[in-house]
Amino acid sequence: MEKPKKISLKVQALSRVEGEGALDIRIKDGRVTRVHLRIYEPPRFFEALLRGRPYADAPDITARICGICPVAYQMSAVTALESIPGFQPGDAIQNLRRLLYFGEWIESHTLHILMLHAPDFFGVDSVFDLARSFPEHIRDGLTLKKIGNALVSTLGGREIHPVNVRVGGFYKIPPKQTLTRHLDALQQGLEIAVRLFRWVTTFPFPDFERTYVFVSMDEGDVYPVFGTHLNLNNERKIPVQQFEEVFEEVQVRHSHALHSRLKDGRTYLVGPLARINLNHTRLSPTAQALIQEAGLTFPIRNPFQSVIARALEVVHALESSIETLENGDLEPDRPYEDLGEIAGTGMGCTEAPRGILYHRYRVAPNGEILEAKIVPPTAQNQACIEEDLYHLASQRVHLPVEQWARECEHAIRNYDPCISCATHFLKIRIIEEP
Amino acid sequence: MKQIKIPKLAVWKFTSCDGCQLSILDLEDHLLEIGQRIEIAYFLEASSRKVKGPYDISLVEGSISTPEEEETIHKIRKQSKFLIAIGACATAGGIQALRNFRDVAEFQKIVYPNPEYIETLKYATPISHHVRVDLELRGCPINKTHVLEVISALLIGRKPSLPHHSVCIECKKRGNPCILVSKGILCMGPVTSAGCGAICPAYNRGCYGCFGPSESPNLHAFISLAQRLGITNSTLIHALRSFNAFADSFREASIYLEASEES
Repeated sequence: MEKPKKISLKVQALSRVEGEGALDIRIKDGRVTRVHLRIYEPPRFFEALLRGRPYADAPDITARICGICPVAYQMSAVTALESIPGFQPGDAIQNLRRLLYFGEWIESHTLHILMLHAPDFFGVDSVFDLARSFPEHIRDGLTLKKIGNALVSTLGGREIHPVNVRVGGFYKIPPKQTLTRHLDALQQGLEIAVRLFRWVTTFPFPDFERTYVFVSMDEGDVYPVFGTHLNLNNERKIPVQQFEEVFEEVQVRHSHALHSRLKDGRTYLVGPLARINLNHTRLSPTAQALIQEAGLTFPIRNPFQSVIARALEVVHALESSIETLENGDLEPDRPYEDLGEIAGTGMGCTEAPRGILYHRYRVAPNGEILEAKIVPPTAQNQACIEEDLYHLASQRVHLPVEQWARECEHAIRNYDPCISCATHFLKIRIIEEP
Repeated sequence: MKQIKIPKLAVWKFTSCDGCQLSILDLEDHLLEIGQRIEIAYFLEASSRKVKGPYDISLVEGSISTPEEEETIHKIRKQSKFLIAIGACATAGGIQALRNFRDVAEFQKIVYPNPEYIETLKYATPISHHVRVDLELRGCPINKTHVLEVISALLIGRKPSLPHHSVCIECKKRGNPCILVSKGILCMGPVTSAGCGAICPAYNRGCYGCFGPSESPNLHAFISLAQRLGITNSTLIHALRSFNAFADSFREASIYLEASEES
């Protein structure tokens, strides 16, 4: 292999992402030849350490893959395991699970919009700097984040790594009046979320568009969180059981995260932008009205506008939670169904804040996990991120590097990449080949 | 403990899920004030601003699991006046320390088709195995109010007040009936450090030990009681081998139980 010559460049460490990684951009004769997003988050071998554990441990252990979206891991784990005996939780359990999940969406999305992503649009380092220029928006946002966290705490016991989710239901169902006590806060949250959305739509978005294959869950008329099928770019729907027949994971030398792509070789995009492009007609009334007000047209193909999708989803999550708390069944007959022995293989996929999260488990007759497979959203988006960067860098390469290096970091943060999930800081290396 | 005027704070990450440093960002009511009272000099998860050391306070998340991490932690120690290990990974190795009981090469093969691309150490170990640690915050995740307590204590120059007793005390304070004795559900509360507020028993499940061993836990008595209640050794081994599996007393107890299983 040719030894690349490095051009001298101040190395920028990428921050405000969850986890550690680096970006390599290779340039030859003034053209971008290759882009590698290197993820060097140390591997933790979850799929291996689950082997031999009782299946009931899966939701608690897999939650530790990610401190920012533990509920997602718990939901995909229980969905996969419950599918083995064909168990379908009743409406009340499903309502409570959706509320818990929406709590995480609100918390995670607000964290990303304000603390991780917004600083990029204003050229500042952190939310602490933004708080000086936009004190009201930041205080609003922190209140919103707290409202999401409070919902997770009530249903899950605590915000990070909740303890209440189990295969077959919940350990304990909070009394209805404890849950409906959140209504005032959620109403206040909805007003804040509308203001947040209006603010976000005024952000200065870089001029950049691409064509993507969007993938989300499909939950019929409902804006997807759970579901039994995947929606491939509104082209076709496939059952979750066929996930591994349609998508494949490839290990690449430069990263600890496995890359996903469609078996036909195409890369695909998951997460808020994919969900909103495929399902915007299923959003809550206020979210729909905001789409009209802002004059948004779909599909949104500018990845920098994923922040708009997130803000809309916060509105949707709040309004849907209010609806569920006011009119939904919140009182199951029993907190959980004991599924006992569940030998066999089960697959489950749900919408984590960052996109579809797939789990598959093979369980032995004695209840031990024999095999586990987990495909997190960031691993699925990694190839798409690299393609975005390739095209972005190619369009900007004629400009001085200082001007566009920061834009590349920004483009990575569009995905709210959770590198802890996919396998800690990002460094951009620009390598000029002789 | 000396009072620090405007302390420089750094937050570091090793092998972990980011959950403990996110607990800091979850201090919604206090976050902006923290930003005013202390200088956030290095906190990559929250800010692109990087101020060079030395740092007055370093919060270290994660366990040491790669050759590079083994070197980095020494550099961080040299730059830090007061180093605090936060969370089960940093204080006990975390869930990834389950590999310490098995063959890591085998683990690599299970997850990665080309294990030779992966650089990892045979063991995932707590920070204290590598450098001197001034204070440990327990939990998977930590309790965010403990961070607030430590920062406040350091700002005023007093000793932080952190629990060392077992979860049982918190559980009694919360008024929960004992689920170990009354229902025979395995609960790690008697040997686990307090700090969470006895959440699990309050949610009708046994404590799963995520705050690690309490101060001088009586594991012998705990195991005997569990066995009398008909809890199998294999269930006990799994309970001891979770998020704090490599903490001394949990590790020794699980190895003891495993050996007695085999003999």
